Amino acid sequence: MKDCYINGIGCVSAQDSTVDSAIENYRVLTDRITHARKPNYRDYIKPAMIRRMSTGVKMGVVAASIAMKEAELENPDAIISGTGLGCSIDSDKFLKKIVDNNEQFLTPTAFIQSTHNTVGAQVALGLRCNAYNITYVHNALSFESAMLDAQLMISEGASNILFGGVDELGDYTTSLFDLIDHVKKGEVIENGILNSNTKGAIFSEGAQFFVLADNISDNSYAKFIDVAIYNVLPQNSIEEKLVQFLSVNNFEISDIDVVILGTNGDVNFDGIYSDLQESVFKSTQQICYKHLSGEYNTASGFGFWTACNILKNQLIPKNLMLNEIKNVPVKNILIYNQYRSENHSFTLLSSC
Amino acid sequence: MENLKLELKAKIIENLNLEDIEVSDIKNTDALFGDGLGLDSIDALELIVMLDKDYGIKLSDPKQGKVIFESIDTMAAYISENKTK
Amino acid sequence: MSKGVAITGMGIISSIGNTVEENYQSLISKTPGISRIESIDTIHKNNIKVGEVKTSNQEFIQQLGLPQSNNYSRTALLAEISVLEAVENAGIKDMNSCKTGLISATSVAGMDKTEKYYYSLFEESQNRKYITAHPAGDATTKIANRLGITDFVTTISTACSSSANAIMLGARMIKAGKLDRVIVGGADCLSKFTINGFKTLMILSEDNCRPFDADRTGLNLGEAAAFLVLESDAQVKKCNKEILGYVSGYANANDAFHQTASSENGEGATLAMTKALKIANISANEIDYINAHGTATNNNDASESKAIRRVFGDTVPDLSSTKSYTGHTLAAAAVIEAVYSILALQNATVFPNLNFKTAIPETNITPVTEVLKKDLNHVLSNSFGFGGNCSTLIFSKA
Repeated sequence: MKDCYINGIGCVSAQDSTVDSAIENYRVLTDRITHARKPNYRDYIKPAMIRRMSTGVKMGVVAASIAMKEAELENPDAIISGTGLGCSIDSDKFLKKIVDNNEQFLTPTAFIQSTHNTVGAQVALGLRCNAYNITYVHNALSFESAMLDAQLMISEGASNILFGGVDELGDYTTSLFDLIDHVKKGEVIENGILNSNTKGAIFSEGAQFFVLADNISDNSYAKFIDVAIYNVLPQNSIEEKLVQFLSVNNFEISDIDVVILGTNGDVNFDGIYSDLQESVFKSTQQICYKHLSGEYNTASGFGFWTACNILKNQLIPKNLMLNEIKNVPVKNILIYNQYRSENHSFTLLSSC
Repeated sequence: MENLKLELKAKIIENLNLEDIEVSDIKNTDALFGDGLGLDSIDALELIVMLDKDYGIKLSDPKQGKVIFESIDTMAAYISENKTK
Repeated sequence: MSKGVAITGMGIISSIGNTVEENYQSLISKTPGISRIESIDTIHKNNIKVGEVKTSNQEFIQQLGLPQSNNYSRTALLAEISVLEAVENAGIKDMNSCKTGLISATSVAGMDKTEKYYYSLFEESQNRKYITAHPAGDATTKIANRLGITDFVTTISTACSSSANAIMLGARMIKAGKLDRVIVGGADCLSKFTINGFKTLMILSEDNCRPFDADRTGLNLGEAAAFLVLESDAQVKKCNKEILGYVSGYANANDAFHQTASSENGEGATLAMTKALKIANISANEIDYINAHGTATNNNDASESKAIRRVFGDTVPDLSSTKSYTGHTLAAAAVIEAVYSILALQNATVFPNLNFKTAIPETNITPVTEVLKKDLNHVLSNSFGFGGNCSTLIFSKA
């Protein structure tokens, strides 16, 4: 596999991540549902384009434009997006009108903005970019699918790929997941999710985009090694798959300095992480991030963004730490994510 | 007629989400599409629904919109002549 | 040199048949599947025509042996019916005998259930099982679990070109040696959501659609699902597999012109066709048949014709849009037409473009209107979608 590097990163989230990447300043989320902090969208998007854009599209365009700017890239060789739920806000809006107005007096704007590929399309439109453009929509593997395709593109000879993940909070769609207890109950989750001991996750939204390149630059954040996805895995075979994944890349568990876990405070599923924390990762520095980002289908993009920052700055924010072990310098980071015991993924990054 | 024109301007701004534009920015003779206000084919479809919903005018062919939606003047003239509610 | 990635199985369900054989018979007997809608109670039912699969959800549930407590959307039911046919056709006994992946595509996903139970979900708990069937990944996971595919499973949604990109990714994964075998395809059912969506764009025809006709009146929506089994050369050799055809070329480009409309000169489409020819390593004059996107909207057919003229010049190959049979089946359309392209190669037959009378004056392209027997080596199939997504696939004879 060809060497590739992360040369630019951009993040919109429930934190001030567009202006401040000092993660140690981030607050622990305590609401069941937290909307993203709005950057000044007009700094990034032309007024003529912005008027039809929902939050998700705006977040995606902003994150993409920050990543491209950092990588000093004007026209990527591909635009690859991931989104679990797509453009929920416009989809919800159009659906509600169909039901409430009995299919009458409907207008097209919400419909045309509701398709899952709107973010990728609007990024392309803004850049007038005719390159390969695709959107992955496989729940909590959407971001990883995009990353996997980006890597494949580089191995096929492309030079600079813009890839990322985005999910927005649509009121109706969120209320559905609330109804079946995927969202935590209770008004406020004091001290955040990590010791909540209750079922469900706290929901949020965000967009994280990255430039994957075939060349190292002064601004490179990390070397991208590999990613693997597993739609379903019995709990007792996770470790086996992990060892397999590492060995394909000539790594061993002991080579991993930091593991970034997708722990989201759901008492029914966090055991999957804690089992690994107590066994295979016992001697590895463990960190997590969803108490800061909240859960959304592409929240692992926030974890990936965190990994890029750690590898570049060689600094592990205290508010992410799950154990006492400190491994500096940080050479290799493994990201492991799953959602409700499905959609497992391993991502491997190294310092440049 | 003047009231209808003001009403149309306000509706266009609201329905088409023209956040930066005020009623006073739109002249009665300004081109709504292309170089004027810069509306596009999707906006035309939005306006067709507005005609139906608010004035009881049904257009079956989106091409008809081209002439009707040329300016606030042409729109107001068409509506006052054809409205059913 | 390799001819491309081998196709070893296919399955399909559409308004012109519940199996590959039924679809083929309808194609050669010029029998379209366009009718009035029966299964969805929409106020537009007398003003539109659709390509509806007439088998009910309940019949599918029985056919698939699903428990009554299942939470399958119609998209998932259509997907599972066709993927089982594809797997049987490929003669796969043990799904895990080699590294196998699944890539599916959808745009409607579980919207049929969400729109049906929109408010009642909050009042009664019995239909809440459909909430987790709402996201696009759900049908894919259901069929992956049915087939026993656990690892590489993903879903693509690029509107009306979705399943072309599923086929393309599958072929790339095989070529890169990341998978030995991959099942690729897509599914979309009819829904009030899409019917009303296309209605607001004023591009739904009241009659049977007329692709590439100067007086075309818009599209018919349809529902369908289809899947292909792709296998690596090594895998084909090892198992002595019969090859139905090859995926020899593929490309994806973006029109970057407008969120829904195609550019007048068909920039994205031209790029997609040109790049696909390059990947297939053949020249434009080696294409024997074009299965066009041909939705029968004013915009698409004009733009696609322009792009075809740009790529093929004065000698446009035999061309037809089989959407005149099936309607536009959105995310499934590309894989439906992939199956038809392979059937065309296997049977040395070009399927006609129904309801055509007069060529579009600007481009003057006359599609094939009768069943045409001739040797075919390479078939090019276009699929374009909202968001400027343009994809082209090239299929070659086994």
